[in-house]
Amino acid sequence: MDIASEVRASYAFVARNFNLVKRYLSWEVVFIVFTLVNVLTIGFIGVATGDKRMVLYLVIGALVWRFLSVIFHEVSESIQWERWEGTIEYTFMAPIRRTMMLFGTVIYAVLYGTINTGITLIVALLFFDLTLSGANILTGLLVLIISSFSFIGLGILAAILPLMSTERGSQAAHIIQAIVLLVSGVYYPISVLPEWIRPLSVLSPATYTLRMMRDALLNGRSIGEMWFDILILGIVGFALIPLAIFFFNLAERHAKKLGKLKRSG
Amino acid sequence: MNEVVLECKNLTKAFNTHSNGSGIRNFFVRKKKMFALKNISFSVRKGEIFGIIGPNGSGKSTLVRIIVNLLIPDSGYCMVKGMDVQKNEIEVRRLMNRVSVEASFFKKLSVMENLLYIGRLYNMKSDETRKRVEEIMKKLVFPVTYLEESVENLSRGMQQKVAVARAFMTQPELLLLDEPTTGLDPVSKRHVQEFIVYVRKRFETTILLCSHDMAEVEKICDRVAIIMKGEFVKVDTPERLKILVRGVENPTMEDVFIQLTGREWEKEVN
Ligand SMILES: Nc1ncnc2c1ncn2[C@@H]1O[C@H](COP(=O)(O)OP(=O)(O)OP(=O)(O)O)[C@@H](O)[C@H]1O
Ligand SMILES: [Mg+2]
Repeated sequence: MDIASEVRASYAFVARNFNLVKRYLSWEVVFIVFTLVNVLTIGFIGVATGDKRMVLYLVIGALVWRFLSVIFHEVSESIQWERWEGTIEYTFMAPIRRTMMLFGTVIYAVLYGTINTGITLIVALLFFDLTLSGANILTGLLVLIISSFSFIGLGILAAILPLMSTERGSQAAHIIQAIVLLVSGVYYPISVLPEWIRPLSVLSPATYTLRMMRDALLNGRSIGEMWFDILILGIVGFALIPLAIFFFNLAERHAKKLGKLKRSG
Repeated sequence: MNEVVLECKNLTKAFNTHSNGSGIRNFFVRKKKMFALKNISFSVRKGEIFGIIGPNGSGKSTLVRIIVNLLIPDSGYCMVKGMDVQKNEIEVRRLMNRVSVEASFFKKLSVMENLLYIGRLYNMKSDETRKRVEEIMKKLVFPVTYLEESVENLSRGMQQKVAVARAFMTQPELLLLDEPTTGLDPVSKRHVQEFIVYVRKRFETTILLCSHDMAEVEKICDRVAIIMKGEFVKVDTPERLKILVRGVENPTMEDVFIQLTGREWEKEVN
């Protein structure tokens, strides 16, 4: 198949996942309410401090975390979902390269994450007086886009786990997500963390995303001032994706040797 | 003679078995190997319907999984139209499809949504998928009104027909049917069997059929392999297999099954 038809084939995952969202609409509503309440609660903690910058600080954390964790979750959960439904063998039998399958999944994850975070942002703007006058929004957007690559890579790495073990895989992905939340300074500066946790902060790409997002939106720093950090984040993201796909292929081979793809029959 | 479409050579596959317990304790215990396939070789020619019968757990589904490259054998190889299923996986995948006992769909999605999804993966346009599905469903006497119903609302037999449609709609040159009629009522069963025969005639599709229905195998297969504990004990036409049966007047495939798989069992006991 040529590239054009492969891209068209990877659209299968986007269409399928949006169909699933439609069919599980009530759950979708539950999740969005949950997210909104979560972001609002954290915003109000900021309001209670009486410091306007604090509100913005916390809301940025909540929204960025929302976006990145949705991407991570959707990518990592895609394999898990197919295992539960038992469709994985049929998806894996189809004449589409794994890279394109993951590409389709990632496109969906980014679209879904954008919609989800967009709704949350609008509601946050209604509730809080978020003045972005001194903010450098362009830099913020660039940082967010560049950061999503790292999270796509991490998501693919986490998707490997359910390939090896149906149940434990998903559990491990949840634990990873929780630890990244703890160490990346989503709601507080990482300097408040105990010394022994901080090496983990250094490893988490979200740490840099959040620091740069706040620099851009709270301190109005420009791309020119942060280009080096942005570049590093970009390199990490671009390196992580092919690496993750490589490991995914290895894991698939391993699963096929041990007969781990089958459910029954 | 027609070209060889499927060739399997010296396939061997063993699984690790955890005879007692699991986890840390078992980690140090040497795992026992259980052979699901032992040195299987055979080939199927274009347009042939090749049957495989054998007791539960004899290795039929394992063989099918190896052919579609969902399972990697310990040794041996499979070629489809001269291409190795592992080395040329994308090209080969386009040429085959499979129906298995378990239907495996996104339960909440409609029948059509499920089929459109698979269709896209095989690079079929939506209209094309719809057209082919409607044609197939007409032949299987599956009410088209159910195409928009979510799969979870369908009976098991109806889901099985959807699984048949999913495999046939991609117009594969090699079809792997692993108990495609299990769980179907006698009339539906006949519809599916007639459809298999029709497709073979119309498209010269090569078909591998694993089944526990002896009448079905006798009716539609050109050759039948009898598999026991991962080994082919006999491969021949249904007529010639029946000649092997001793002490039964007008033997059926059921007699063939009982005698040929029973003999091995007796050997084991002694
Ligand atoms: N993924 C797997 N992991 C471990 N063991 C397996 C796996 N798949 C098959 N086996 C074992 O291999 C043997 C052959 O199984 P297989 O499913 O191929 O049998 P079968 O002939 O299809 O049986 P049935 O007629 O019941 O469908 C069985 O003993 C089974 O337990
Ligand atoms: Mg089987």
